[in-house]
Amino acid sequence: MSTAAIKDASMEQQKALMAGYFDALATAPERGQKCVYTFVPGNLTELIRSFDLLPVLPEINALQSGMRGKSADYIGLAERGGHSEDVCTYVKCDIGMLKSGNIGPTGKPLPKPDLLLLSYTGCFTFLKWFELLREEYDCPIMMLHIPYQGDGEITPEMRDYVVRQIKDELIPQLERISGVKYDEDRLRQALALSSKAEDDLVWTLESAKHVPSPIDAYFGGVYYIGPIFTAFRGTQDAVDYYRLLRSEVQGRIDQKLGPVTPDGVLEKERYRLVVEGPPNWTSFREFWKMFSCEGAVVVASTYTKVGGLYDRGFRHDPDHPLESLADYCMGCYTNLNFPRRIELLESYINEYQADGFLINSVKSCNSFSAGQLMILRELERRTGRAGGFIESDLVDPRYFSAANIKNRLESYFQMIEAKRLGV
Amino acid sequence: MMTTEISPDGQLAALVADAQRLYEDLAFGSVRAWKDGAQGRRAIGFLPIYAPREIIHACGALPVGIMGGSDRLEIVRGDSYFQSYICHLPRSVVELAVSGRLDALDGFLFPSTCDVIRNLSGMFKVLFPDKYIHYLDLPQNFVAGQGGRFYRSELQSIARAVGALTGIEATPERLRHSIRAYNDNRRVLQQLWQLRCDAPSQVSTAEYYLLLRAGYVVPVEEHTRMVERYLSLVGSVERRAVDNIRVLVRGAFCEQPPLALLRTLERAGCYVVDDDFVQGIRLIPEPIDESGDPFDALAHAFLHRSLPCAVKYDAKRTKAADLVDACKRAQADGVILMAPSFCDPALLDQPMLQKALEEAGIPFTTFKYSEDTGQFQVIREQAGTFADAIKLWGATI
Ligand code: SF4
Ligand code: SF4
Repeated sequence: MSTAAIKDASMEQQKALMAGYFDALATAPERGQKCVYTFVPGNLTELIRSFDLLPVLPEINALQSGMRGKSADYIGLAERGGHSEDVCTYVKCDIGMLKSGNIGPTGKPLPKPDLLLLSYTGCFTFLKWFELLREEYDCPIMMLHIPYQGDGEITPEMRDYVVRQIKDELIPQLERISGVKYDEDRLRQALALSSKAEDDLVWTLESAKHVPSPIDAYFGGVYYIGPIFTAFRGTQDAVDYYRLLRSEVQGRIDQKLGPVTPDGVLEKERYRLVVEGPPNWTSFREFWKMFSCEGAVVVASTYTKVGGLYDRGFRHDPDHPLESLADYCMGCYTNLNFPRRIELLESYINEYQADGFLINSVKSCNSFSAGQLMILRELERRTGRAGGFIESDLVDPRYFSAANIKNRLESYFQMIEAKRLGV
Repeated sequence: MMTTEISPDGQLAALVADAQRLYEDLAFGSVRAWKDGAQGRRAIGFLPIYAPREIIHACGALPVGIMGGSDRLEIVRGDSYFQSYICHLPRSVVELAVSGRLDALDGFLFPSTCDVIRNLSGMFKVLFPDKYIHYLDLPQNFVAGQGGRFYRSELQSIARAVGALTGIEATPERLRHSIRAYNDNRRVLQQLWQLRCDAPSQVSTAEYYLLLRAGYVVPVEEHTRMVERYLSLVGSVERRAVDNIRVLVRGAFCEQPPLALLRTLERAGCYVVDDDFVQGIRLIPEPIDESGDPFDALAHAFLHRSLPCAVKYDAKRTKAADLVDACKRAQADGVILMAPSFCDPALLDQPMLQKALEEAGIPFTTFKYSEDTGQFQVIREQAGTFADAIKLWGATI
């Protein structure tokens, strides 16, 4: 089988999954299926689906709008409606999309929420986002407060707090909305499937430890995390997707092939990088090409951990369903404190034999960005590798300056070369 | 022997000057002096917005509010920690810290205000690995058996940690005593608020503000006496009222506007009759129960008696009604929605507040500021135009 064909199989499967999902959303009202709007980090997809409800993830809609060139208009609309230019653009993109008829990324309408599940893992802006959406919809809202790992650990009190909220508030709420009774066995089965898919995702991400790396764990990584971070965790579809992906990547390892990039298979791996921060979506391919054309491969990234640190051992656990969901919510990357974020990046740099690390600081996201310059300094001090810093935004094209980023990247690669020569 | 009687005016000026000195002392000299007053004293800093100072007090330590560096601090190193699109407060706090100005503080609490303060807590852990640094996760779920239970465990963990630093256990008795001390403070602050609201020409915004800020650095008992003295003195002086409009200010709950900006508002024709400056000091305005289990009392007060604020989830969906009520209570002619640049909580709240004001027919104006804003011409013109429009037409501009 040719590489292109291998690539196509998992890509095609993912495309089909996503298309099916957006179709299901578009037809949900006529089919009588109810929907829960909720956020990606720490989402409770298995639980939601166990009530035959469909999750809708506004961040995914915003990033899709960004990739499809629609976000600028949406953001403009929100700003004309009174939103500040200073705040998170995901929120404005979503509000703008809503004001434009709530047409989803595939051109089909998105259903209205039957519940706004304000699961608030790792970002305070989520809170305002759903307070704003609440103004637009006549539906219940529930706050699921996820404590932050301020002292770098999950304490029994934190776990107890989340489990109580799930048990005493969320489950009864989901029962009311769906008319379906909570079935713990059904949830357990889903969690077992999650765990299987998570094993294969971890295997895929860790394949980047090979030299050359068969994957790009940032630009490619965002595709790999798609199904598991969104609506498919806990489904057989996700298990099948990750099995297929794993076999494809194994094929690339066997053939000593590099990752597939927008320009085809990367011929020569010149730089191995660790990246912190979300990508830019409005110029995603252009951004990726700035790396691939220099032979730069991202071997590990933190963005691919916003929906869980599976590579650090977490698995959904069917034997402790609610506790495991609680730990999942609290374990996502942006719910880690700074010392732990720095440690994680440091370990990636070492474990993945990276030449350096790069921070893409996005204007929108205080959760990621506030304090990243300290991360840069600490990592330079601890690892002695080259650190780079670029700035962009998630979905606001006004803050993606291609020339500027390209210049910075070029200087950064020169810095790596200089370090290699011991200059 | 001749005695020189100082007039109430003079005493008032001296008191305000003391408060201003405290405000301007970015090295927390008064905290150092308090610590020098006895062996083994400890001081615990806390960031905006709200921290349960009663717990720190009950452990025998001094709670100290850290509100940034205002326009009086030159940022030398703080800017190298934050990108340009992050609000100003964290860079001035880092500046205070790395320049040694916070050395008198033995520990820090970082309340769950926003992602910036949250991340700052971890940065402090990296910068000061030997100090007590705790992220205080205030509950966003206001059900007693859920958020209340969790918050109680947070309070107890802080009591244990601060108690270990001071060697003084926060016993129920000591905690009740501390709650009483802060309740006394709440009462005088309420009187101050009421007087300012009734007679804004007597209590200028700047004086009011300086008194609030003093409450963040001096021991609570001393602050209560200070406010009491101010109230009695200001009652005995005559100040000229001018034809200003009455405004309510929202959005300045965390990063603080510079003092000159507050004076500008007044000069531009606006008496501030209600606000959310230094909001932590009055987040729970009513006295807290002094008789039952003190941890429960503190938790209950936060869950059920704290004021609405952009950083708290508006669970009962009363934000809009609360704002309109506050306007009515304060008989405000209009509202100034001012927010620090790049402040997600304040700026994302604004469209909702604006809608509520529009629906209630209450005039408002909006602008952004930074704690180091140095030019007030534009704000002066905007506030002046707002005041004039209300005086002329009583309408939104
Ligand atoms: S602030 Fe960051 S994490 Fe939060 S909604 Fe915006 S982009 Fe997402
Ligand atoms: S000013 Fe706003 S964004 Fe900045 S620290 Fe305070 S609440 Fe957070």
